[in-house]
Amino acid sequence: MTTISVTVNGIRHTVAAGTTLDDLLAAALPATHDHPTASAVNGDYVARHARRLCVLNDHDAVTTFEPITGG
Amino acid sequence: MAFDIAGTTLNSRFFLGTAGYPSPLVLQQAIESAQSEVITVGLKRQLADGAGKPVQNAQGQGFFEIIKQSGARLLPNTAGCYTAAEAVTLAQMAREVFETDWVKLEVIGDSYTLQPDPVELVQAAGELVRLGFEVFPYCTDDLVTCHRLLDAGCRVLMPWGAPIGSGQGLVNTYALRTLRERITDVPLIIDAGIGSPKDAVQAMEMGFDAVLLNSAVSNAHDPALMADAFRLAIESGRKAYQAGIIAKQDLAVPTTPVTGRPFLLA
Repeated sequence: MTTISVTVNGIRHTVAAGTTLDDLLAAALPATHDHPTASAVNGDYVARHARRLCVLNDHDAVTTFEPITGG
Repeated sequence: MAFDIAGTTLNSRFFLGTAGYPSPLVLQQAIESAQSEVITVGLKRQLADGAGKPVQNAQGQGFFEIIKQSGARLLPNTAGCYTAAEAVTLAQMAREVFETDWVKLEVIGDSYTLQPDPVELVQAAGELVRLGFEVFPYCTDDLVTCHRLLDAGCRVLMPWGAPIGSGQGLVNTYALRTLRERITDVPLIIDAGIGSPKDAVQAMEMGFDAVLLNSAVSNAHDPALMADAFRLAIESGRKAYQAGIIAKQDLAVPTTPVTGRPFLLA
């Protein structure tokens, strides 16, 4: 099986080639399905509905964001 | 007291920030005391494991549940952004998470003063308007930058009174007064720098449409009480503006309509 290396919030993960962002978040951050969480790949926003269409590439950097208080 | 902003009618001219409160319960109490209909929120990058422990109040409610239950409109910010590209990306994320097109656009240009970068701010505002956002730009009191933001499609402006969290009040009243005189057809909200209720009164007496503040309430010894004080101040200042404040003058003018002196004993 061909694998690729990606990071999620700075933590490295080795996943199968063809893995989508949706697959990755479900495995690495399962809480993102139950909580409002936004995502980006290499700094580009990926909407929740588009995660299953977003096939990851080797060395992609995934970041996730959560709501906080703010001024 | 009702006014329209970005196509929405609001009864409160007090926009409240939600950061820095001692506890979620105190935040909840402050929102209730303020009677704010717009509260600001933010987004942060998750920790490495994405499992930051949620902050909860005594009833076990997290911050997100509290703000949703408040019934107030949410105004997500783009705090921490230094470029237009960052701000546009974060705004899109905020729209998804908070389910609103409203965004408080912050693009910082100087880390010491947290002063907005006018070039990046205008660029981001234009892009976000094109993406369908209602952009509330946090800007300085610079008149020309404000005109550029309006040119970019903003329908509301949020000039600072002073640097964020400084509590200095309205530092440049000349610039703010000029801004209000020159821009009369869109709401102007004083955002940042407010320290005391008297600053809010001053802003409202100058004709600004609303005030957005956070630290002055959240850092008070009793945030809920201070929120109430600001609510009253903002209402008072608005009513004074509407009533018409008399002009200052050097000469005294008697108020009691006497006829000359009461006794002529000489």
